[in-house]
Parts: sequence; structure tokens; C-alpha cells
Amino acid sequence: MDRDCTFELAEQARDATARSAALRIVGGDTKGFLGRPVEGEPLEVASHRGVLRHDPAELVITARAGTPLAEIEACLATHGQRLAFEPPHYGAGATLGGTVACGLAGPARAWSGPLRDYVLGVRLLTGDGRVLRFGGEVMKNVAGYDVSRLLAGSFGVLGVLLEVSLKVLPRPPGERTLALEMDEATALARLAELGHGALPLSAGCWADGRLYVRLDGSETTLDAVARRIGGEIVRGSQDLWTSVREQTHPFFAGGEALWRCTVPPLMPPLPLGSAPLIEWSGLQRWYRCDPDTPLFDQAAAAGGHATLFRHAPVGAEVFAPLEAPLLRLHRQLKRVFDPAGILNPGRMYAEL
Amino acid sequence: MTPDPALVRDLRAVLGDEGVLLSAEACAPFECDALTAHRRRPEVVVLPRSAEQVMEILRACRRHSTPVVARGAGTGLSGGALPVEGGVLLVLSRLDRILAVDPVRRLARVQPGVTNLDISTAAAPHGLYYAPDPSSQVACTIGGNVAENSGGVHCLKHGLTVHNLLELRVATIEGEWLTLGSPIGEAPGLPLIALLTGSEGMLGVVVEVTVRLKPVPERVELLMAAFDDVRRCADAVGRVIASGIVPAGLEMMDAPAIRAAESFARCGYPLDAEALLLCELDGLAHDVESELRAAESLLRACGATGLRVAADAAERQRMWSGRKSAFPAVGRLAPDYFCMDGTIPRRSLADVLEGIAGLSRAAGLSVANVFHAGDGNLHPLILFDAGRTGEVERAEQLGAEILELCVAAGGTVTGEHGVGVEKLGPMCSQFGADELEAFHAVKRAFDPEGLLNPGKAVPTLARCADYGAMRVHGGKLPFSHLPRF
Repeated sequence: MDRDCTFELAEQARDATARSAALRIVGGDTKGFLGRPVEGEPLEVASHRGVLRHDPAELVITARAGTPLAEIEACLATHGQRLAFEPPHYGAGATLGGTVACGLAGPARAWSGPLRDYVLGVRLLTGDGRVLRFGGEVMKNVAGYDVSRLLAGSFGVLGVLLEVSLKVLPRPPGERTLALEMDEATALARLAELGHGALPLSAGCWADGRLYVRLDGSETTLDAVARRIGGEIVRGSQDLWTSVREQTHPFFAGGEALWRCTVPPLMPPLPLGSAPLIEWSGLQRWYRCDPDTPLFDQAAAAGGHATLFRHAPVGAEVFAPLEAPLLRLHRQLKRVFDPAGILNPGRMYAEL
Repeated sequence: MTPDPALVRDLRAVLGDEGVLLSAEACAPFECDALTAHRRRPEVVVLPRSAEQVMEILRACRRHSTPVVARGAGTGLSGGALPVEGGVLLVLSRLDRILAVDPVRRLARVQPGVTNLDISTAAAPHGLYYAPDPSSQVACTIGGNVAENSGGVHCLKHGLTVHNLLELRVATIEGEWLTLGSPIGEAPGLPLIALLTGSEGMLGVVVEVTVRLKPVPERVELLMAAFDDVRRCADAVGRVIASGIVPAGLEMMDAPAIRAAESFARCGYPLDAEALLLCELDGLAHDVESELRAAESLLRACGATGLRVAADAAERQRMWSGRKSAFPAVGRLAPDYFCMDGTIPRRSLADVLEGIAGLSRAAGLSVANVFHAGDGNLHPLILFDAGRTGEVERAEQLGAEILELCVAAGGTVTGEHGVGVEKLGPMCSQFGADELEAFHAVKRAFDPEGLLNPGKAVPTLARCADYGAMRVHGGKLPFSHLPRF
């Protein structure tokens, strides 16, 4: 049921700020595993839901933050449109607000750009109960600082998303997935080579000795490009990409720590003993290995960074450390929007 | 006002005598950017050659509590680089080196004074280019593009500056270095790179920029569609986009702009048309061909009276030349003009254009429209004669009314030119006191003393109170609770 809960949410925030009581922001509770644990009273956003505007000619959708991601995607699909960054849901209840707050993008990311590229505007509830509007529903907007894109991947530490406007794009006329047998090093080189030209790649994945690439375009284009690339056509490839995006692929099974490394696409394989699952253009690599593995350092040395994505032990740091001046700025910005420091304290960093 | 001798001594210690300009003649060329209606001669102009010198300048300014305004090529249209009283003008044009072009990782690392077009020129041998192309791309610098989040004619498909940046190296007024983003486009923490982009030099000074390069498209086609009615043309814009085509560029011109451009550039525009659409498609050859056929039949169904596809690259360039020279072409119609920059939802294009025509008649000033229709980004050009008493004020008033029309339609007062000093008033109609206060607080987080480009981009609440007093909107006075002074 569509409902506007702005008033109740603002009351809760004001009350919590007055008591200096921490709040743990919860949407569909599908991504609570990601980030450092937050001690606090739950602030439930899922009831604040409903698609507010979607006009296919505008390429924009605006919805309340508690709207299920599935509802947004279904609404777009009826008009032949989609969220080009293919966000992961990680569960049936995933909401728009949680998706934007976590800032995650799926298989298309290397070609579509990150989630924040699609954020056009937000309504934001601050820690002390102010309701602010930034950005808008138009493609170009440079009035005021771009606070709305700053919130993509902010994990609720600056404010509670109330509404989000996202740019949407038409679905491609067709897609095709090809599979090629090869080892990790060859796959990385091949991905770099394929990604370099103007080929219509829209996803890449290497797992279990096979490289999968997905192409977008008209049938004629797909035929021509598929001949150039070779390999075999994967039937029912949607299941493959869904399993990679949603981490239901067997690689992600079990309780061993899951690391996400984003590194320069051509970085040679890391000598970690276990084979990764590689995504995008080689830029995103998943590893199953001990949480004590010095992956923060190894990824940084390679020109990237690591996140301890799932199954982090209690007390472990999850996100790569920030340099001191940058962390100080993060804290100063938090004070602007959450003066009492009550929103998701510690979710990203202990000091934030 | 004479500059503080102690400050000048410190600046000379960093830059030598040659890098510090003090004389009236030397400083005069820097008195304005491309918004020439606002001028102020700077007392001190500094010309660093390295990032380290930029940092030392900022440290000196902070020691002396002196405001500092960063400037690239001075092509900005909103007065963002207008010098401030008692301040230092920090000109970054000598930081003009392309540090690296990496064709494998498809990126370029450059200093802020490199021009937009020089990046694409350097990337061209690798079949790559830098996508955002503001009309001033021959002259404007990438540092200025970052400060304004510049757009251009290809934004709908290829993005604004913010979509094509990977990493920024920033010097803060606190004297610290920040690295925002990363060459791979993913970085831990909040995406401050997006906050800095378009912040008009108010939060930090960008000393190095890493941009994403794109492959030059295999095929480009340009379709020109003439209409005998502005509304039909405006409606066609939404129909093209709703059909699933994302044009690389979708530009619209009205009759005054068509005629001015044709007589200026002899580009083959139909002089009897009331409106013209230029629709550029790019991508793989086969996809472009099928999109072109779809766009042609759609535009015909929308009532286009004439359709022409550029036969070759030369004709394509000629057809674009009219659009690209439209501002100077319209500029020949009157001694002066203001270029406005509102963005609106595409569905309101026809209504807002009609509204602008009505306001133009009421003000007794001509307006020509040439704009990025695909983005809903309007550029009404208000023609006037500054030599006639009261006409500047009338033109400014008309501009403010047009921007309010854009806000009322659900749009924004600036799509790609920035607020600068020009749109401080209209910002008051777009944002409430709480948002403006939050913007000021964001600035304080980076610049507690307010030394970086003070007074630009975000109006004070007092100014909005005055602005509200001038313009009562719908019977409701904004900021009525604030004291007036």
C-alpha cells in the first residue's frame, strides 16, 4: 500500500536527536550484512513507499525510498525501460532507498557507469528532522552543490532518503551471452581487449575457467559481433547473470569471508590460493579467503581497494581506510546533515 | 584597494615577480569572464605553473585571511570567475600539461588548464575522445569544466562532466591534498568527487583531473527535421525519446535562431521553418542505420515538413555549424544579449516556449531559442541594447521571469552554466531556506573562513529576503519570516 510516512519518520528523527539515541535505518533489510554493525533503534522506512512519477518520455522515475526495487523495475519494464546499472537486490524486499544508500551496481556497471551517475534528485530527512530537497527530475542541473549524488553509497550516515529520482534508459533491442574456455590471466587480457573497442559489451564474468561476455544490440549487430568474438552461445543466460548479480552463484555459497576487490582491469591475478570470480571488465573481483588476509593493503598496492563484503568477523573493518584529511571531511559533512550523529553511526567507519 | 604588502611578498616568494601581476594594465584582462555585464578589476593576479605552487598560494591566502577566486580560461557564462574585492585571482591556465593518455585503460590524466578540445585531440590517435563538448570547447579548460559540471550537445547519451571524471586531485584552503575518486572509477567512502564537480570553486581548487575516454563511434548520422509549428517540434522531442531512441544529440532552434544562424553560417537551414530539430545518432553502423530509419518515420508522423540526412561528414559539419554559431549569429541581431540556461522536463517544452514568447512580448524584448532539447535544457537568448536607459534591467528582469517559469515547470535555474553571480536571485525561487543553509554548511565543512570564491553560487538568506520582496510569487512571500535590511 502506497503511503507517505514523512511526518512520522521526521518525528522519530527529531526525537532521537533530542535523546542522542542512535538509529539504525532499515528498508527491506536485505543488505544489513554489508558494512560495520550498527547498534541503534530501528528506523523503518519500508512503509514509506509508492512510485510518484514515471513518464517514459522523460527517462526519469521518482519514487518514495521504501518502494520495492522489484516494483520500480516492473513499472519500467512495462514501458520498455530499465535501471541501466542493474542493481543487486540481495532479497525479495530490497527497496529503492537501500539500493541507493548502498550504491551497488550489477553486471552492466563497467559499461553503464556507477549508480550515482543515474541519481538526479532526492528528498532527504536529516538527523535532526529537516526535510531537504536536492537536485530534481531533469537531466542537467547545476543549481547548488550536488548533494543528491553524494548520497549514492552513503549508507545512511548523512541522512534518510525519502524520495529518489533516477535516470532510466530504454532496454536494448536484444542481448546475447557468449562463453569461452580460458584461464584467469587469459580471460583478463581478453576482457581488456574486448572492452577496448566500440563493441556493445554489457557484462563480463570469469568463473570456473569460463569467460562469459554479454552483448547488447539488434539481432544483426549481435550476429556480427558474436562472429568476431567466437565461443558458444549460452542459452538461458539471464539465469547466469542473475546468479552473479544476486550472489546465488555457487561461488558465493558457504560462510567463508567474501572480499570484493576493485582493481585496475589488467592487474594480474592475485596470488591468494583460491580462484576469484571476476566481473565487469576485470575491475571487480570477488575472493573467498580468510578475513585476516591483508587484502586492503594488497588491493591498494595494485591501485584499487577492497571491501570485506560478507561474513566479516565481529569488530573487523569492512571498508578500506581513508586518509586522515578525507576522513575529517567525512565527519564534518556528517555534522552538516546529522548534527547529533545518530544516523547509522559506525556503519561505514567507526569515526563516522 | 591596495593589496596587503605582506601577502604580495609571500606570493612573490612562491612565484617570483613574473607570476604575480599587480599593475592595472596587467590585471585588466581578468576583470570578467564571459558574463561581461559584471566586471571588477582584480588587485592581484597569480599565475602558478605547478600544483605545489597552487597549494602554497592557498596557504598564503589563508595566512592572510584573503579571499581567492580560481579561474581557468574565463569562458564561464555566469560570473563564477568574477574577481572579489580584496581577493587574489588564481589563474590556472599555465597548468596546461597533458600528463598521460592511457589507451588501454581509456583515460587521460591532465592539469586543470588543459583545454577541453586538447584532451580529445591527444586521444584521437588511439581512436578515443573526451565526450562532454561545451560550445566553448576550443578555449574552455577542464578545470573550469569540473567547477561548472559543464555539458554540451551530447549529454543525454554521453553524460555531463561528472559522468566522465575518474579522479580529482584537490588542494584545500586548509592546506591539505585530497584525492577524490580513482583511475578505476571506484573508491571507498562518500563520493566526494560528485560533490566537488559543479561546486564553482567554492570547496577546493582542482589541480589534476583524470577523465574517462570513449571510443570514437563507428558511425554517426545527422538528421535535420523542419517544422511549421513550434509546438509540433517540441512534442516530437518527447516522442523520439519515448520510442526508445537515445540520440547522441537532439537540438532545437526556433525561427529567429534559424534565420540568424543561416545568414551567419550559410548552413542550408530552411528559412520558412518555424522550428528545426537536429538529431544526431551514433554507435555501431547497423544500429545507427536502423535508428535513423525509425527516427525518420517517427518525425514524419510528428508532422515534420522537411527531413534531410547529412550525406557525408562535410555536410554534417555544415549542418552543425549553424547550431554551433547560433549564439554569435543571434548576437548580431542586437547590441547585447543574455544567454539563459534553465532546464525543464521535456513534456513542458512546448508550454514553456509559449510562456517565454508571452513574457518576451510583455517585456518588449526579442528572445531567440536555441537549445539542447533532448536534455530539456533551454538557452533563451534575450536581445537588448545596453545603451538604452533601463533596458539592461528589463532584460535581467525578463531573464529572472523565464527562470521562474522553468522552476514552476519542475525544472532548474541552471542546467550547465552554473549560478556564479548571475543566478543568485533565481536560486531563491528554487531552494528554500533550509537547503540554502545546508549548502552554506557544506561550504564551511571545506572552507570554514569562507575564503574560496566567496559570495558566489549560493545566495545568503538576507539576499533571498530582498529578492522575495521584489518578486511576490503566487501571493506568497518567500522568506517572510526573515528580517529585512
